[in-house]
Amino acid sequence: MLKCRVIPCLDVKDGRVVKGVNFVDLKDAGDPVESAIAYDAAGADELCFLDITASHENRGTILDVVRRTAEACFMPLTVGGGVRTTDDIRNLLLAGADKVSIMTAAVNNRDFVREAAEKFGSQCIVVAIDAKQVAPGRWEIFTHGGRKPTGINAIDYAKEVVALGAGEILLTSMDRDGTKSGFDITLTRAIADSVNVPLIASGGVGTLDHLVEGIRDGHATAVLAASIFHFGEYTIRAAKEHMQSAGLPVRMD
Amino acid sequence: MSVAIVDYGSGNLHSAHKAIERAAAEQGAQVIVTSDPDVVRRVDRIVLPGVGAFADCRRGLDHVAGMVEALEESVIRGSKPFLGICVGMQLLASRGLEHGVAQGLAWIPGEVIEIKPTTPNLKVPHMGWNTLAPKRQHPLLKDIPTGENGLHAYFVHSYHLQATNPDHVIASTEYGAELTAMVGRDNIVGTQFHPEKSQKLGLALIANFLRWTP
Repeated sequence: MLKCRVIPCLDVKDGRVVKGVNFVDLKDAGDPVESAIAYDAAGADELCFLDITASHENRGTILDVVRRTAEACFMPLTVGGGVRTTDDIRNLLLAGADKVSIMTAAVNNRDFVREAAEKFGSQCIVVAIDAKQVAPGRWEIFTHGGRKPTGINAIDYAKEVVALGAGEILLTSMDRDGTKSGFDITLTRAIADSVNVPLIASGGVGTLDHLVEGIRDGHATAVLAASIFHFGEYTIRAAKEHMQSAGLPVRMD
Repeated sequence: MSVAIVDYGSGNLHSAHKAIERAAAEQGAQVIVTSDPDVVRRVDRIVLPGVGAFADCRRGLDHVAGMVEALEESVIRGSKPFLGICVGMQLLASRGLEHGVAQGLAWIPGEVIEIKPTTPNLKVPHMGWNTLAPKRQHPLLKDIPTGENGLHAYFVHSYHLQATNPDHVIASTEYGAELTAMVGRDNIVGTQFHPEKSQKLGLALIANFLRWTP
């Protein structure tokens, strides 16, 4: 039986983890590779790196991080942030990423999704959607960390990018991100039920019950969280045990 | 002992290379990533990875002059142990039906067909960790716990290989219906899942492949 996935996400800037992992004794809590090894050992189902490097000159640093991670961790790795061209995707895949997440480039040019899926296969193209509620039952896409509205309806957009070849949706509620008040379940379910590809729920996880809700009520197939894992509030193992006791299938290898 | 990973422009060789290298180090084996048919002829074992669409991968393989012939010579006539991974496994079929029809290597008769969800809540691609249901014993699964309570393998695919001969299916995985997870005959084996991304199960399977004497 296919298991629900628990995915820790690390923000990486100029090759360094922004909020360091501190649930284990790492020699260098800022080294993404050390954090990746720790999560691999802890039983994470996948790992996500979000590259928030601002300057163009340092954009190559993520490739080195991905390369070194792939040498040490034999688990699936998704990398997003600043992916704008098919060359960006190819470089990340060659470095050892399994999936590449695209956001702004897809909003600006939908055809990029089609081009990427045709070139590399849908299975490695994740489209990240940052959505904010603008009216009851209506969510719109925002870019630039939730600052820039686009006027695009999030549900219509999700259907569109899937039709163009996206193999997975990474959905973040910008209303909930950082609040620890749980996923926006109405939004998650509305999008999960509108598309036939897997959906990763993100934004707002503060308790282990939130993870359960994302899958049971939001119909996501995977849940992504950052701070609850990085700061040792909960282990991956505790998260999975909690999900299992709620009747969700999880991997305990 | 030497292992060749065939490089024909189908991404993600780095992960496969590093995972095989780790298992190989314990057995003192040499791992070579190559697009040289002569190297394929010279090594003891061959791994064919593959990511992307079937037809694209087939085109990529055909673009490496002499590679298909070297594979036929080494694997079919030379009986070298062979492992195909993901689309590298699907290429063993007679033909693939992804974005039109493309010919496979036809080493494992059958077709690569789309996964049809049996209920609306089953998403395609089949993406994530699933268990293996073995159909028969195989040296590559030696000492690996399988079944519902066994170890998990990492899958990410929208198509799967439907083998004409059920004896060629080594293991399946359950996703609404039975999907082919592992095929093989004689010195040939292929996994739909990614051993290089499957942590414990994957590294154990690769180690078994390096020890395998079919």
